[in-house]
Amino acid sequence: MSNNIPKKDQKMNRREFFLNSARAVGLAALGGLMWSAYVDEVTASTLLLRPPAALKEDDFLKTCIKCGMCVEACPYDTLMLAKPGDNKPLGTPYFVPREIPCYMCPDIPCVPVCPTGALDEKLVTTNNKLDIKKADMGVAVIDDNSCIAFWGIQCDACYRACPILGEAITVEYTKNERTGKHAFLKPVVHADACTGCGLCEKACVTEKAAIFVLPREVALGKAGDYYIKGWDKNDEKRLEKATSKITKTKLSERKAVDSLNDLGGILDD
Amino acid sequence: MINLIKKNRFLLLRRVSQISLMVLYIAANIWGLNILVGNLSSSKLFDVIPLSDPYAVLQMFAAGALIATDIIIGAVIIILFYMFIGGRAFCSWVCPVNMITDLSNYIRRKFEFNKIQKRQPASRNIRYYVLALSLIISFFMGITAFEFISPVSMIHRGIIFGLGFGWAAILIIFLFDLFVLKNGWCGHICPIGGFYSLIGKFSFIRVHHNHENCTACMKCKEVCPESQVLFMVTKDSIPVVSGECTNCGRCVEVCDDEALNFSIKNLKRKYNEIN
Ligand code: SF4
Ligand code: SF4
Ligand code: SF4
Ligand code: SF4
Repeated sequence: MSNNIPKKDQKMNRREFFLNSARAVGLAALGGLMWSAYVDEVTASTLLLRPPAALKEDDFLKTCIKCGMCVEACPYDTLMLAKPGDNKPLGTPYFVPREIPCYMCPDIPCVPVCPTGALDEKLVTTNNKLDIKKADMGVAVIDDNSCIAFWGIQCDACYRACPILGEAITVEYTKNERTGKHAFLKPVVHADACTGCGLCEKACVTEKAAIFVLPREVALGKAGDYYIKGWDKNDEKRLEKATSKITKTKLSERKAVDSLNDLGGILDD
Repeated sequence: MINLIKKNRFLLLRRVSQISLMVLYIAANIWGLNILVGNLSSSKLFDVIPLSDPYAVLQMFAAGALIATDIIIGAVIIILFYMFIGGRAFCSWVCPVNMITDLSNYIRRKFEFNKIQKRQPASRNIRYYVLALSLIISFFMGITAFEFISPVSMIHRGIIFGLGFGWAAILIIFLFDLFVLKNGWCGHICPIGGFYSLIGKFSFIRVHHNHENCTACMKCKEVCPESQVLFMVTKDSIPVVSGECTNCGRCVEVCDDEALNFSIKNLKRKYNEIN
């Protein structure tokens, strides 16, 4: 700072400087907050089906550069980039099976073109060969209340539409007690084989599809490690390495019987 | 007529450049003409050369994404290219938003809004704050923050893949530049412009001012979207040094006195100046 500025003005300048800085910081904080809130909002929609071989949603959102190469590569126009107003993470690729499902191309053209690895060839490769059956876009779920096969009306549209029929979806015969002389032909989805391509959802004859694809994390539950299938040799092996943990609370200091017999002043002595 | 073309030669070339790039991208999407596939975020030239937006890649870094080699090569190619020809050449020769903001600016001049609203109330450094902020948010949220709000990618993607409500972004930028702040988006806020300004510091292609020819008509400052970079006009014979110059050449073509021209940066002279 030059010395020929009067003291008073210097002070003013300094004040102005601090005020301006504070103002800039405040504005940046406010802007940052709104910005983060918005991004949080648009990236929160989990009910979204990604192209085959997409990374886990968190990593996908970091990695996808929104170039649309996968979209251009798809010969069926399955994939779309989210537009403003779609209420989906802006610019990222997704598909809606009831409109155009994924036809599970054996050469998977949409995956190798991805420049960022957001679509990871490794996820759809077995023995160095592309294998679309390993794709995991989601999993089909049946609403047995609206599926007419569960009513006893014959329909196997979804079963026939499935590119891996017999593995991802099977038909189960059960007796129809109501008529006594017919059988139910109920479709059953096997989550481990289903790729979530959505061909079944597209084929479903009901007004709103009774079979539909959801992202795996949304559709499937999780039993946790606490339960072991005793009838499954492999699962039982987990017991060998099992450790136990005992939780001590105030109650567990005494034997169970004692605490049951303790009337704790409920009755008059 | 010839004169009109001469007076707007760079403007015309720029529009040709902006529009033909767009046409190539659209052609790839619609007719599968694979000259330039993808969009400004990342594309492939002739099916082999990767090109990618270095600023988007920087956000991916900040977000902690695993970055594929292809995308790094693509970003390096783009950085080197713009380091040579002037960073913000991206803005004036490629970016589609430039056509919108130029239109606002043109209307402003025609209706003399600039005379009414003399002082611009905002700092041109906001873009660098937005740039920093985008990296901070990317880091903390693990997401490429600017890419989720960027009107530039939104509009560009929109033209290739379908616009959705993207027209709203176009309208907002247009109105903002027209009524709120002169050169508001490109000259003050856009972090892509900020990013390329930083890269442009090193560029070889520069506008050079020769003050002996200058008659102080100020036409150049009138048209320049970053008029602060022309501070030497009438005073000094030096090249534009700021990376904020968009290398649009508008000043060169409006100058009637040959005081401005493109030049290749003279490395030797620079060396002499330093010593
Ligand atoms: S596998 Fe084929 S149909 Fe499915 S998204 Fe990829 S390119 Fe399209
Ligand atoms: S090709 Fe990859 S980076 Fe490009 S939009 Fe598709 S998933 Fe995203
Ligand atoms: S400042 Fe931003 S919006 Fe404007 S031309 Fe440059 S990149 Fe495009
Ligand atoms: S100095 Fe000239 S070339 Fe640079 S931005 Fe201004 S008008 Fe365009």
